[in-house]
Amino acid sequence: MPQISQILATYASQFFWLLIVFALIYFLIGKGILPKVDAAVDARDAKIASDLAAAEKVRGEAEGLEGAWQAELTQTRNAAQAEAQKAKAKAQKDAEVRLAKADAEIAAKTSEAEAAIAKARASALSGLEAVAADAAQDIVAKVSGIKVTPAQATQAVKAALING
Amino acid sequence: MASEGGKIDPMHQFMIEPIVPLNLAGYDISFTNSSLFMILVMATIWVFMLGGMKRQMVPGRWQAAVEGVNGFVNDMVSTSVGPEGKKYVPLVFSLFMFILVANFMGMMPFGIVPGGHAFTVTSHLTVTAVLAILSFGTVLVVGFWKHKLHFFSLFVPHGTPWWLMWLIPFIELFSFLIRPFSLALRLFVAMTAGHVLMKVLAGFVINGLNADAAWVAPVVSLPAFILMIGITMLELLVCAIQAYVFALLTSLYINDAVNLH
Repeated sequence: MPQISQILATYASQFFWLLIVFALIYFLIGKGILPKVDAAVDARDAKIASDLAAAEKVRGEAEGLEGAWQAELTQTRNAAQAEAQKAKAKAQKDAEVRLAKADAEIAAKTSEAEAAIAKARASALSGLEAVAADAAQDIVAKVSGIKVTPAQATQAVKAALING
Repeated sequence: MASEGGKIDPMHQFMIEPIVPLNLAGYDISFTNSSLFMILVMATIWVFMLGGMKRQMVPGRWQAAVEGVNGFVNDMVSTSVGPEGKKYVPLVFSLFMFILVANFMGMMPFGIVPGGHAFTVTSHLTVTAVLAILSFGTVLVVGFWKHKLHFFSLFVPHGTPWWLMWLIPFIELFSFLIRPFSLALRLFVAMTAGHVLMKVLAGFVINGLNADAAWVAPVVSLPAFILMIGITMLELLVCAIQAYVFALLTSLYINDAVNLH
């Protein structure tokens, strides 16, 4: 095994070169390059973290804005609904008022007309009575020759009219 | 791979061969194939990490890969040690990347280039021992620097019954002192064993194909080749797992030093 059989002849050379090479690796690469690589990684991590934080912040802002917008929308909608409700109530009230007025007018006209009809009917009836009494007087005089006073005739007509 | 008299030596891959002989104060510090692969490993890690230096806000694939490895080690250290572990990430990262890339580098098919052959840096006890001592030494230095002599309370776990006081601290001390050896040997043995197994199977394939008798190739070479595909997959997995285990244990040991259980 050369590792052991050569050890006395080669140990000095092995130690010497290994220490030089390892010192170079440690100081140039381990202490020189490695921290820079590390710094780049750290810088990237910090950048990612700050970007994430900024994004989170902006998202929070956006959520706030959306909330405000929602609230405004709700408020506007409520106002519009209230307005519509009010207009509807007013329209209903107006309609009721006008309806009542029209009803009253119609009722007045109806009662007027009824009164006129009643008057006309009464005058017609009284005329009818007089005509009937005259006719009855004449008929009685011609048929029986008995003189009937107008009062009697009228009475008889009334009784007959009532009996129908 | 050396063919000496038709034999394939599965140990030859671990040979250290000097490329440029050097000498410093009486010590032989030649630039060897092992040193070459260490530098290759370092260059690979360096090129890989440079891809992570674009530092774009939206990472490309390469940058994402670098950041993935960085995040993996960061997570491992922070789950083991906690927020105080941030300081030790460079060490654990260097250990993890060096072992991972060295393991993988030893698996690369450099053999297709004539004269080239892959060398696994981490299959050498001298290398894994240094890495383990780095890990263990960090634990000792951090422990004594942070807690002074109070660090010894690590060897007396909470809730130890008084009548076991003569035994538990010694067991704890022993398990603490064995750590560098287990760290070094685990990596060294896993790499060595896997590479020897692969080389033995490769020897079956090649010797079977070169055999005089025609029946040897389908009976020996083909099953060995199919088995080798599976073993290679397994070995790639072991490469990653060993690097992970070394880094994870190092961060757990650092946790002991930082938080004292």
